[in-house]
Amino acid sequence: MIKQASKFIPSITDNTEKLLEVKELKTYFFPSKDKEVKAVDNISFSINKGETVALVGESGSGKSVTSLSIMQLIPTPPGKILSGSIKLDGRELLSLSNKEMNKVRGKDIGMIFQEPTTSLDPVFTIGSQITESIRKHKKVSKKEAYENGVQLLKMVGFARAEEIMKEYPHQLSGGMRQRVMIAIAMSCEPKLLIADEPTTALDVTIQAQILDLLQEMKEHFNSSILLITHDMGVVAEVANRVLVMYGGQIVEEATVQEVFENPKHPYTVGLLNSIPDLDEDVERLEAIPGSVTPADQFPKGCRFASRCKFAMDICRQKTPELRQIKENHQARCFLHEGA
Amino acid sequence: MPEKLLKVKDLKKYFPFRRGILKRPTGHVKAVDGVSFDIYKGETLGIVGESGSGKSTMARTILRLLEPTAGEILFGGHDIGKATNQELRSYRKDMQLIFQDPYSSLNPRFSVQKIIEEPLTVQTGISKQERTTRVIEMLEKVGLSEDARTKFPHEFSGGQRQRIGIARALATNPKFIIGDEPVSALDVSVQAQVLNLMKDLQEEFDLTYLFIAHDLSVVKHISDRVGVMYLGRLVEIGPKQAIYEDPLHPYTQALLSAVPRTKIEKRRERIQLVGEPPNPANPPSGCPFHTRCPLAFDHCKVERPELVEQKDGRSVACHLYKGNSVVINN
Repeated sequence: MIKQASKFIPSITDNTEKLLEVKELKTYFFPSKDKEVKAVDNISFSINKGETVALVGESGSGKSVTSLSIMQLIPTPPGKILSGSIKLDGRELLSLSNKEMNKVRGKDIGMIFQEPTTSLDPVFTIGSQITESIRKHKKVSKKEAYENGVQLLKMVGFARAEEIMKEYPHQLSGGMRQRVMIAIAMSCEPKLLIADEPTTALDVTIQAQILDLLQEMKEHFNSSILLITHDMGVVAEVANRVLVMYGGQIVEEATVQEVFENPKHPYTVGLLNSIPDLDEDVERLEAIPGSVTPADQFPKGCRFASRCKFAMDICRQKTPELRQIKENHQARCFLHEGA
Repeated sequence: MPEKLLKVKDLKKYFPFRRGILKRPTGHVKAVDGVSFDIYKGETLGIVGESGSGKSTMARTILRLLEPTAGEILFGGHDIGKATNQELRSYRKDMQLIFQDPYSSLNPRFSVQKIIEEPLTVQTGISKQERTTRVIEMLEKVGLSEDARTKFPHEFSGGQRQRIGIARALATNPKFIIGDEPVSALDVSVQAQVLNLMKDLQEEFDLTYLFIAHDLSVVKHISDRVGVMYLGRLVEIGPKQAIYEDPLHPYTQALLSAVPRTKIEKRRERIQLVGEPPNPANPPSGCPFHTRCPLAFDHCKVERPELVEQKDGRSVACHLYKGNSVVINN
């Protein structure tokens, strides 16, 4: 019953074959005529095969809009993907028709959300929801889909999988529902799993179970994971690489080790310092002053400047670029412009 | 020995559930089932536990926002459990609550002035002029400007709203504040601001806190002593260093080992708990944790362990630690 500390040692995966490539993606929202919300503003990143990439940031930073853009689930209007390219395994997703995209969703890209309660349909049994998603993407009989579903439920840790198939979502606890969501997301062996705050609504002991399960599933199906979270502890446990978002932009990108040992962007540093650490006692936390600027009121220059204690004149004049600091480490900050 | 401010003894809160057309009670959810602890003046007692462990119900029962089923609540010598409504009103001036959700705990139709002065209107008899002075003073203390007075809750961010909630709690100049997950809904950078603010205010006004949260790191940061709840009972309580560095109860050990660590070298062996917490309407016999405990033995299924004081000042409710100590009697 006692498990080894997660054996996972963060590293760059050897496989550098790109699975997902996002280039210069811009998703804006236009809630009214004269309002322009730059939710995702020109971001580029990639995910290699078998890699877990964490997208970190506070509420309003554009994390979830990024993942919804990849799935093309942005409500239009008011939202719109203005420009950019999203390639999965070399195939451009943004030029696909609705019908083609429907096949990608669920089959090539699986998704799990924060709130398992709202992502399962309360009037259908677990069994019918799993078999529906299997039969949508695979040509199998009802019986095969059912058996497949039972097998998946066993895989995500349900001992009494047959009974669970007959139950309704309200009969399960939050952790169990999240397991069901993972089973559904993995049912078509997706190449990419997008997990949007998958453990935020769960208790720590259940969170630990779910994180272990995600890791197991990823290895079993050889998938890549885009993990969206605000919890740096979760990042440290499961991610290979980290993207830090602030104000709709990526402000830092590095391997997990670099981010924790050698963070460069003042926002990343502030974020790490503002979390109380179980292993270190401090009298006062170093909070970041102020709060996130709403995405329709970005100032000229660096979007973090108003909260940054290192802000210089240039920060309020010009927008910094995301620059390579060293191998596998980039930051968007004038402090590191010379490097 | 510092002065005791609050003494809770064998506190119970059961919720009946009713079935059938006659709505006869057919059983009870034992949300809080025999909790005893003391809080000393000027300290922060942190309470951790997973959802459903009874943390919030306990907080509300202590303030008598919920009627206790049994047990004693002594606040500064007064018996809160037996107080009349009128007496309660005067005690509540000294005990205030900060809520988790800064979005639903502020009336959207009230101006900030009205929100903060409401407890003053209800619990003290001071004049309008004095109330306004007090509101301005409180706003300044929590780091908001005076012109916030005329604004409404929707004009503020989550962190600012929580500051308003804190200003409201402080308005009557209380001695004791219960924070029920006061920072859980906030982003981490803002959470740090609010935690710092709560520490500053504690020092300035000599406050005593009961701080309830599910985040173990946050509780460690703010508390002097920590209590761990499971299924309506305290399973371990004591000085935070003892609890965090050398947890004794198997549940505390599992809880701490499950926290994701940012430092790779600090990762412990993870104690994987099987299953989920049992239903509080139908708790297991004996020790409520025995169904998930990796160290449970036969006796655990039969007898419920009581809190037993250990050498280092902490108490543990576990049959593993009975031999070398005495059962506390209060």
